[in-house]
Amino acid sequence: MANLIEIRDMYKIYAIGDEPVHALDGVSLSVDEGEFVAIMGASGSGKSTMLNILGCLDVPTSGSYLLDGVEVASRSATELAHIRNAKLGFVFQNFNLLPRTSALENVELPDLYMGRLSMRARRRRALELLKRVGLGGRHSHTPAQLSGGQQQRVAIARALMNNPPVLFADEPTGNLDTKSSIEIMNLFTELSDEGITIVMVTHEDDIAAYAKRHIVMRDGKVMRDDHGEGGRKSVDEVARLVKEALA
Amino acid sequence: MSFWMIFKVAIRAIARNKTRSLLTCLGIIVGIAAVIAVMAIGQGAQTMMVKEISSMGNNLMMVFPENRGQGPVSGGMGQGQTMTAGDAEAVKRELSHLVQGVSPQVRTSVQMMYAAKNWAGNVQGVSTDILLISNWTVMEGRFFSEEEETRSSRVCVIGTTVRKNLFEDEDPVGKTIRLKNVTFKVIGVLASKGANNWGQDQDDVIMAPYTSVQRYLQRSKFNNINMMNLSLISMDDLAEAKREVGALLRQRHHLADYQDDDFETRDTTEIMNTIGSVTGLMTVLLTAVAAISLLVGGIGIMNIMLVSVTERIKEIGLRMAIGATPANILTQFLLESVVLSTVGGAVGVIVGVVGAEAIGAAKGWPILIQTGSTLAAFLFSALVGMFFGFYPAYRASKLNPIDCLRYE
Repeated sequence: MANLIEIRDMYKIYAIGDEPVHALDGVSLSVDEGEFVAIMGASGSGKSTMLNILGCLDVPTSGSYLLDGVEVASRSATELAHIRNAKLGFVFQNFNLLPRTSALENVELPDLYMGRLSMRARRRRALELLKRVGLGGRHSHTPAQLSGGQQQRVAIARALMNNPPVLFADEPTGNLDTKSSIEIMNLFTELSDEGITIVMVTHEDDIAAYAKRHIVMRDGKVMRDDHGEGGRKSVDEVARLVKEALA
Repeated sequence: MSFWMIFKVAIRAIARNKTRSLLTCLGIIVGIAAVIAVMAIGQGAQTMMVKEISSMGNNLMMVFPENRGQGPVSGGMGQGQTMTAGDAEAVKRELSHLVQGVSPQVRTSVQMMYAAKNWAGNVQGVSTDILLISNWTVMEGRFFSEEEETRSSRVCVIGTTVRKNLFEDEDPVGKTIRLKNVTFKVIGVLASKGANNWGQDQDDVIMAPYTSVQRYLQRSKFNNINMMNLSLISMDDLAEAKREVGALLRQRHHLADYQDDDFETRDTTEIMNTIGSVTGLMTVLLTAVAAISLLVGGIGIMNIMLVSVTERIKEIGLRMAIGATPANILTQFLLESVVLSTVGGAVGVIVGVVGAEAIGAAKGWPILIQTGSTLAAFLFSALVGMFFGFYPAYRASKLNPIDCLRYE
């Protein structure tokens, strides 16, 4: 499998007050195509900073980042926007759908910025994606008319619109009940099985258990990386892994 | 993202906040309406005045003999005695490349009598060229001929006011009236010109050949005239005409180099310039006031756009996360403010035109709506939107997507 994501000696330093805070403290990491990675850790461990930089939403203080073989660590805002548009899909904890806008139009949005498809083809693809995430009949509903789980499905369909090689998910079940969480995670598992690379941030062991590779962070450093050895783990195994890593 | 798509996004954002959008537009509507109305009224007034002044004469230039005073007593304008009909004839003969008509003018006050009625006024002694010079037309009968002028015939034409006072409904043509107890035959009636700028009735007039006035009514031993009226071929030659007429008159009056002119020239451009500068100043002042209200409207747009950017900061973050470039975000917000201001501008143009017409109708003022200035005001409203919308849009485009997504 080809190397999709590769970061080397990455630092992200915030100057808060007199003391500089190392949100990322010399992290090196690589992710292969098709992996399903869970980045775990307590709040303040640097896992969200890591995801934001991997997702080209933020730039590192220093270090290199090769995405799909291209250096992206020091790109302009416009270039990063094009990279996010073409190569990355995002699923957020609070869904981030456009309010008062139909599910269909929310899903179409990434292609509007890309301008790849005709109006008709765009609509057809958005409808297919909605059907795939199980919202076939609800394309005209606005976010306010959908449950949390349904909104997150729309967000996943939107993330898939431009057919990106990588999906980034930031606590995708953080605002969902248990039943919806399981449905969403099953959807991620299906997508992973179809070959899409997924990088997910979570602090919940049972959600991390859906991933095949587990990375535990603390104080801006990677404490433990099982490199996907042994495939999917049970919740207990994940809990033990985290406990060992932080001991 | 295509321009059209971004335009649709902007329209939708405006449509979602109808009340707010309307209030934002209101500033621009008031500003543009004020500009349009003020300009329409100002231009209308100016055009009317210019038209009235040009009705005084056709490329008119006037030459008055200047009173140089005899001892301590000074006369008044046109009371000098140095200018003669010969001067007028000389101007016509020698400056025909500049002048298309010349009429000497002598004036004398008379009591006019016909049957049992009488009327007081000034008789103007002129030459046949006066028709061309002063834009008079004969409504009934005819004007006097050059032959009658040479022979000092006792004929006259009268204005409609004189006709009404002496003849009422009677046909005046061919009737004989008495001026200073000398009989004159009425041969024509002048078409009405109405009152001039200063409210003076231009139709209260009676004209006769200047030769006849000098001979029968003034009975002066001098041949002097009160003024001469010139009609230039083109107003462009005004300066040259003044110079050449001056040189000719100085020569004819045997003035030595050290002596001042004994005449003075006047023309309507001086009056027009004065009126133009007065109405022009008014228009500038009022337009400045209107422009200030437009400025206030623009600041209103900026204010609302800043609020709108802050309010939709999560939307901005999301759009950036899924691929909107800074330029896309800039265009989206800039279009929103430009749409607000141009819609305001369009409504303002309508309100301004309707308002100006209403004011004109109520006050009886002439209204002149110029397509050019209306279009300019409309385009200016778009410019206001662009100018005042740029800063909020620029701020939105420079936001960091992470800060936007995290904003609470």
